[in-house]
Amino acid sequence: MTSPDQTTLLEMQRRMLRIRRFDERASKMVKRGQIPGTVHTSIGQEAQVVGAAMTLDDGDYMTGNHRSHGHPIAKGSPLAPLMAELVGKAGGVCGGKGGSLHLADFKVGSLGESGIVGSSIPIATGAALSSKVLGNGKVSMAFFGDGAANQGCLYEAMNLAGVWDLPVVFLCENNQYALSTPAHTVTSGVIAERAAGFGIAGERVEDGQDVLAVHAAAQAAVERARSGGGPTLLEVVTYRYNEHSEGLRLGTDYRNAEEKETWVGRDPIAQFRRHLAQEGVATEEELDALEQEVLDEVEQAFEFSQESPYPEPEVAFADLYTEPIGA
Amino acid sequence: MATTTMSFLGAIGAAQREAMEADERVVIIGEDVEANVYGTTGGGKSRKDKGDFLELFGANRIRNTPISEEVIVGAAAGAAMTGLRPIVDLSYSSFLYMAMDQFVNQVAKNRYMFGGQASLPVVFRSAMFYGLSTGAHHSDRPYPMFMNVPGLKIMVPSTPADAKGLLRTAVDMDDPVLTFEACMLWGLKGEVEEDEYRIPFGQAAIAREGTDVTVVAIATAVPEALKAAETLAEDGVSVEVIDPRTLVPLDSRTILESVAKTGRLVVADPAHRTCSAAAEIAAIVVEEAFDSLKAPIARVTTPDTQIPFSPAIEKPLYPNRESIGEAIRRVTGERGASVPESPQGIDDELSTQAHR
Ligand SMILES: Cc1ncc(C[n+]2csc(CCOP(=O)(O)OP(=O)(O)O)c2C)c(N)n1
Ligand SMILES: [Mg+2]
Repeated sequence: MTSPDQTTLLEMQRRMLRIRRFDERASKMVKRGQIPGTVHTSIGQEAQVVGAAMTLDDGDYMTGNHRSHGHPIAKGSPLAPLMAELVGKAGGVCGGKGGSLHLADFKVGSLGESGIVGSSIPIATGAALSSKVLGNGKVSMAFFGDGAANQGCLYEAMNLAGVWDLPVVFLCENNQYALSTPAHTVTSGVIAERAAGFGIAGERVEDGQDVLAVHAAAQAAVERARSGGGPTLLEVVTYRYNEHSEGLRLGTDYRNAEEKETWVGRDPIAQFRRHLAQEGVATEEELDALEQEVLDEVEQAFEFSQESPYPEPEVAFADLYTEPIGA
Repeated sequence: MATTTMSFLGAIGAAQREAMEADERVVIIGEDVEANVYGTTGGGKSRKDKGDFLELFGANRIRNTPISEEVIVGAAAGAAMTGLRPIVDLSYSSFLYMAMDQFVNQVAKNRYMFGGQASLPVVFRSAMFYGLSTGAHHSDRPYPMFMNVPGLKIMVPSTPADAKGLLRTAVDMDDPVLTFEACMLWGLKGEVEEDEYRIPFGQAAIAREGTDVTVVAIATAVPEALKAAETLAEDGVSVEVIDPRTLVPLDSRTILESVAKTGRLVVADPAHRTCSAAAEIAAIVVEEAFDSLKAPIARVTTPDTQIPFSPAIEKPLYPNRESIGEAIRRVTGERGASVPESPQGIDDELSTQAHR
């Protein structure tokens, strides 16, 4: 296995920054009433998302969940249509019909996020089936949370992928909570160890804030999948900084403040920036410039989201079928 | 046009074989498909029999699955979104519920939610084992539930020729299709064109022309309605029987034109009464053709009860020639004419209309 070259390392930082700044902006927009509906940010989980997604080739497939913006961003999706989608505009990546929960960008292999917890796991498994039948060497990756890890469809999917040697990586983003529920209170045993029961590879990345650690584990899983070695269940331990969703105020303190401070102290983006500087991958000036570039990109995305018109009323009836079937 | 005699089940098998031969991207996945357990993936009961699908198409394209309906349906959808054209054999229609989330939230919504980025060329076949003493867990006729889910297309054929032609169209289509095949029709024989052909969705068949009353019938209700029509013809009642063949899209135009002509409507539907296909068809006719109606619409459906095991009490629940005949008499005002003989010879008290 090769370690990532300098360009890749910088691209990792760029994509983590894109997620952070995009989600910070989205959070602000929710507060200002500029985004209707719910938004779940990946702030704090950037290393886990980027480290995993950047092991995929451009043609590879990916599905995700309600914590949805990071996945397509990490896969290389441009920000402006994503932001416009959050606002519900015609220029949105789904033309305003998906919204934050249901982003998809087929151009970069993003087959769709899912508002139903766990529900997209079978879809990623099916994409892997098509790679297998067509023999095109593509890998697919299903992102889901620790909460989704208790959905039955994951186990149906792991069994099927195991028995058919499908090139799929089941990537569990264990941010230790499902909404207000601490994972350990509803999860028997260790998620990654469940792989053993299906005779497939399983690994737990303890430091999901280290983008290189996540990348190395995910790369091994992707290479295994691509070379016919079958599926892997990869559990990555991480932490979300924000509330489950923006604007949500829960009545009880299900997480303590100290815990959050500890995790913020190990911030994946700050850590990786130090690493890049220490290793001489980039100078402080270059890293500052990168930050500014991303800020500009997000600003442009915001502007695009504001300028783009709302969809025409008839769009509500389009795309149900490949051809309209009448009233 | 040369034809050959085929059973309903044989016609489905023939359509699958043609589709597999025509396009490498077509695969068949499902429980027990390799061994041809349900009779649509092979030439007979032995791998050596001519026409065995596993022999013909290989294990890459004929895939036995675990009993995991949720991932079968979801994986077929994911495969369809990425270049395959799967035909999924779910065996019994009652098993569709195991995959309800995948049908409703993924299969039906993905193209729409993602603004047209996804196409889902996938066919989900299932057989309705009603009327065969399989009890409440295997006798479902759930197509109306899926009619309530925009994004799915639904076919419910009643003849071998329609089953074959519609299934070919379904496989060619870039939208998800659910087929509901009535098991009681499996053995039904009919003339089928020898050359390949396709039947468009959204075109009803006028199974019998008539002028006094329109009967829209679905699945096993079609042959039953035809029998009732034959008997009533002897009494001078001219019955038009329409088989919608596909419920989504529904050819409401043919139905409305017929009602405009006859002024009377009976809808015979083996689904449960509440929110049945019959309910929808009746509503459309009331909304669009109220002025042509000379009598209230009659629905002949399975009453809103579960399906009992004992054949003595199961069989009379579904629309049959008697209950359809009675409904026709009600709407035409024909009284006292001869009642067609029930195929089961069951007490009239137990007929569909007895238990509302
Ligand atoms: C099937 C289903 N059940 C419940 C919900 C409500 N819900 C949305 S997100 C969520 C928590 C999910 O937790 P997890 O999978 O760990 O993802 P995280 O939010 O932590 O990233 C819940 C309960 C849902 N959307 N879908
Ligand atoms: Mg979680």
